[in-house]
Parts: sequence; structure tokens; C-alpha cells
Amino acid sequence: MTTLTSGPACPAPRGVYDRVQLGHGSGGKMSAQLLRDHFLPRFGNPHLDALGDGAVVPVTGGEIVLSTDTFVVHPLEFPGGNIGHLAVHGTVNDLAMMGAKPRYLSAGFVLEEGLPLDLLGRVLDAMEQAADDAGVTVVTGDTKVVDRGKADGLFVNTTGVGVLVDGFRPEPTAARAGDAVIVSGPLARHGMAVMAVREGFSFESEITSDTANLAPLVAALRDELGSRVHVLRDATRGGLASALNEIAAASGVGVELEDGSIPIPGPVQAACEMLGLDPLYVANEGVLVAFVDAGASQDAVRILRSFPQGAGAAAIGSAVGEHTGMVILRTGVGGTRVVDMLPGDQLPRIC
Amino acid sequence: MKYLAEYRDPTLARALVDRIRRTATRRWTLMEVCGGQTHTIVKQGINEVLSEAVEMIHGPGCPVCVTPLEQIDRALHLAARPDVIFTSFGDMLRVPGSECDLFQVKSRGGNVRIVYSPLDAVELARQNPDREVVFFAVGFETTAPANAMAVWRARELGVENFSVLVSHVTVPPAIEAILEAPDNRVRGFLAAGHVCTVMGWTEYEPLAQRYRVPIVVTGFEPLDILEGIWMAVQQLEEGRHEVENQYVRSVRRDGNRPAQELVSRVFQVVDRGWRGIGVIPRSGLGLREEFRAFDAERKFELDAIRADEPAECLAGDVLRGRIKPFQCPAFGESCTPESPLGAPMVSSEGACAAYFRFGRLSRAAAGG
Repeated sequence: MTTLTSGPACPAPRGVYDRVQLGHGSGGKMSAQLLRDHFLPRFGNPHLDALGDGAVVPVTGGEIVLSTDTFVVHPLEFPGGNIGHLAVHGTVNDLAMMGAKPRYLSAGFVLEEGLPLDLLGRVLDAMEQAADDAGVTVVTGDTKVVDRGKADGLFVNTTGVGVLVDGFRPEPTAARAGDAVIVSGPLARHGMAVMAVREGFSFESEITSDTANLAPLVAALRDELGSRVHVLRDATRGGLASALNEIAAASGVGVELEDGSIPIPGPVQAACEMLGLDPLYVANEGVLVAFVDAGASQDAVRILRSFPQGAGAAAIGSAVGEHTGMVILRTGVGGTRVVDMLPGDQLPRIC
Repeated sequence: MKYLAEYRDPTLARALVDRIRRTATRRWTLMEVCGGQTHTIVKQGINEVLSEAVEMIHGPGCPVCVTPLEQIDRALHLAARPDVIFTSFGDMLRVPGSECDLFQVKSRGGNVRIVYSPLDAVELARQNPDREVVFFAVGFETTAPANAMAVWRARELGVENFSVLVSHVTVPPAIEAILEAPDNRVRGFLAAGHVCTVMGWTEYEPLAQRYRVPIVVTGFEPLDILEGIWMAVQQLEEGRHEVENQYVRSVRRDGNRPAQELVSRVFQVVDRGWRGIGVIPRSGLGLREEFRAFDAERKFELDAIRADEPAECLAGDVLRGRIKPFQCPAFGESCTPESPLGAPMVSSEGACAAYFRFGRLSRAAAGG
């Protein structure tokens, strides 16, 4: 005799799932349950708990900064973090580079049917922790579910609101000839960490993503150096090279780098060599580039180094009045090369 | 990384630069054959620091650049087929064919994948028995053993849905073609260290003797290249024309015998077209008859796909050092890194692409 539990699977929602179902995007009870079980416990606050169509938030005087970013990464988890860390740090850092103090986030999720809920849980844990650390509140959000095969597991969009403080407003157009160029840490860790997992490479020592909140570094630069900080930019997609080219073009200056002064961790350099990649073009998720008054260079490096995520800060070159819009690298043998924008993605080389 | 910083030491590099400058009593014209060496030379600005003592001509040694248009078009055709998974080394994906590149085919639904080893492509074929997996087997003698191994393995394992689109080229016939040209300016060569790791250097000895040119087997790090240049300059100054080996930590005179044997069991010497140069007799490798089942050209009947190189492209003259890139009428006009006509504009280290960028620098430096 058969029992109820061993009979055919019941087509009605059972209430307990280990994976995202299409029904989670229905707007019905399953959607509400997903929100109640996974999102609200982590991000709960009066703005979000009201479950309105938006959030009403207070800001004090002055101007606000808005920034939005969408996060797609494969794999969703990698050494040093997951897409949740990126989704918070990415937008928080964008606000910080504008000079703002990050305050609020919205979070939108596109979930692929079949996504394991415990993986979603780890991503949300990461977002919760990163948001807490950065002092930002997730005040509104959205989830959608798409058919299996229509998304790469999980896409996240975050939009952030920050407030400007004390008129501090670095801009990509504000670099001047003579400025010192500073990076807050070693380069190319995030891109190589993700690539190593994606391609199944293992290296002697594991490369971990540098994903980090850079807002405290910016706050300290602002408090100590104020308007002597001219440009801030996080060197994400396209790496340091692309960030510098954009600044050089926007500000109408040239940039000169010293090859030996650019910090690149040994294992990252080795991995790049093996794959024929140039670390200057590899993505970072926790490195900022600053253009500061030449006289403030040492102070800026000292300030950045007082933070764990800035411990590897270094002055790497300067802005010049010549070859405007171009980035030039002075090499170890005494030659120069143009560090250009890439036409597209960097590709592994045969020879 | 061990054995990396050691070969990039700035103090030693500058000492070698000084030594080359002191040794050269006139400006010598040398050619580095391999794209990997061109990469280091351009990346480190070696041509610039040595410009008074040595003119470096970037030779036709970048397999990405010299793969003929016709083979690229055949690759594009295969990659667009719904029953095919097309696999390739990464940097072939942006090489333009007559109408588009592999990236564009991929965006239109072609199944195009980057692999790091041809054996990964064989594995992919085993995992996808209902698909045809084609590997784009390009490169010089350096990649030939691994590509031969992939075909060998596929036969051993009975993987019938695997095939290779072969466009292998070999170095010595290209050097000979350059030296045979009546207006040749090249007085010495840096031979490619990794090619010679496989093949050794015996093939180069008759070339050095017959054409009275020094050939120095050279590695790829900055100190390797500077030492290779110094050795070539020294020979020229002393009137010698020998094959010397700078890359002693990797190359032996006879090369890697087992690798050579595998290559010659799978491949045979064929005439091969070079993009921007044309057909060089006996300059390529093609599959032997007994491996015809793995030959994508036969399997998919690609003979009908033909392509002519654009006539306005003077890449052949650039690659032979006859003209500087900016002397080509198409340079910077109908031919740019974003939309290249010929080989040397394709790769970022190609001579035309390098001039395109540095030209911008010198114009900017001149205040223009």
C-alpha cells in the first residue's frame, strides 16, 4: 500500500524549497515568502519593512549623489568574496569616488529558476555584512525570476544615494599637470581570482579578489587633504589602464607611470604571464586611483596605508602637460610605451 | 615569481643597452622573427632606447597576424554552423575576416570557445558527441607539437567528431623569403627561442652561411632580447655570420626530438599562404593523408571558400622592412587598429598598430 508521501509529486507549492522556483516571481504568496524568509531578516529596517513602492529617506542639506551599477559575474562565488560583496562595494565605491558619503542602497535581483536558495543566502549574507560595514541601509528592492537558462544564476543591480560633505567634490576633469598619481593597493587581484576559478587554473598560492569598501579611505583623504585631492576613480572593469586613460582624456593632461613602482602581487604577475595578460588591464574591485597635489603625495600614501584595504598604497607616477590624453609607461630598460585603451576585452595571447 | 624579475633587472638591462651602443660602429638593421619578442620589444620600449645603434624590424612571426584571410573566412564559416563548436586560442577571435570576426559570429549565435590547450578541445568533443568540435590549429613550430598531439589523441580515443582547421607556418622558409628579396635590408636575425626549443637550430645554419647573416636564437625576456641583439651586433661588427644561442636555458642544437617526431608523424610540409605576404613554398604544415578524417577542410568541404587580400594593404612590404607603416596609403585612413586591413595592424604588437599608437605620441609631443 502506498502512503501519501511516496505518491506522485504534489503540483501545489509546498512552502519549503531548496531552489528558486518560477512561482517565487509570481507576486503571490511564494514571492512574499521569499522576501520574508531571505531578504527582510537580513536587510530589515523601517524603510524596507514598510514594503511600499519606494522608500522615503531623510538627507541633511546640500546635494546628493546617485549612482547605479549592475553586477554580473561568473562564477557567483570566488576566492575572496561573492557577487553580493561586489554589489555593495561597487556602488558604495562609485559614490565615494564622487566625494560622497554613501547612505542608502536599492537592490534589484534577477534570479534564475533553479538557483540554490542556500547560494542566494550566502550572497545576501555578504550584502548584509558589506552594507553594515559601509554604514549604508538597503531601503528598497525588487526581485524577478526568469526561466532556467535565461540568466546566469543571479544578476544584481544596486543604486546608491550619498551625500556630499564639506564641498569635497573630486572630478575626473580636475587632474592638473604636476599631480601625483596614487593607487590604494596592489592591482589585478579580482580579475585574476575570477579567471582562475572560471578556467579551472590553480596556482601555488591562491589569488583572492580585492573586493573592498573604499569609502573610509576617501573620507580620510577628504578630512586631511580636502581640495588637494583632485580626482578619485575606482579602477574596476578595464583596470588601471582604462581608468587613467579616461582621466587623462577628461582632464586634458598626460600621465606618466614608472614601471617598477606599480604594485602587482607576485602570484598575480605570474598568472598574468602564463596567460599572456597585462595586469594593467585586469579588473580590480577594491583599488582607487587618486590624482593629488604633488606636495600631498606622501601624505596621501600614508593616509591610505593606515587602512587594511590601503596597506599596499603607492605613488606610481604623475600627470604632465605633454602628450595630453595619453598614458605613457617608463620601462625598466629606460624606454617608453603607450598604455592605450583596449578595443575590447583583453585576450590570452598565443605567442 | 622566480626567474621572472631576474630577467627584467633594470640595472643589468641598462648595462646591456650601453654595451650595444658602444659595440655598434654604425646603425644595424635586425629583425626579430617572433611575435612574442616583438611584444617584449614594444612593451619595454627597447627599439626606442636602441634606436641610434639598431633598427629593429618586426618580422612576420605572429601567427595571429599571418594566418591568411582565406583561413579566417573558413573559420568564420565553420563557427557559424549550428552543428559546430568552434574552439580557438583567444587572440584569434578578433582577427578580421572578409566580413566579420569570430566575436561577431559568436554574438549571432555561433558556438565559439576559447581554449588554452588543443587537448581541451578533444575533451570537449568527447563531452559533446552530438556536435562537431573544430580546433583552429594555428601557430609556428612552437604550437605544432601540442596540436599534433591533439589529433593523435583524438585518433587514439576514436573521437570522430573532432577535427582541426590547420594553418601552421614554419620560420626558416619565411627567413629565406625575406633574404631572397632583392631589396632586403635585414642584416641579422633574432630567431625565436620557443620555436628552436622544439626544432633546435640546425635548419638555420645553412641560412646563416648562404646569406652571410648572423642568426641568434633568443629568448623573450628583456635581458634575453638585449643580449641577443648584442650578440648579433657583435657578429656583424666582427664580420661573422654564425648561428649562436642566447637562450641556453631552454634550447639545444637538436631541439626536442620526441616533439619533432610527433609533428612529422601527424603533419607534412606544404605550401602556405601568409597574410600580407602571399604563398611561400614549403612554409607550412598540413595534416598527413592518414589523418584526413581529422581535417576540417575536407570534412566540411571548405575548398570553395576563397578570399583575396585587399590590394591597398602593403603589409608584405612592411613585414619585409621595405617601407615604414606610415608610408602605406591605407595607414590610419582605411586601416586602423579598430578596423584593420592587414596583419601588422591586427595584433597590438604588429608593426602598423605600434606605429599608429606611437605616431600619436610623437605628434602630441611635438605639440600638434
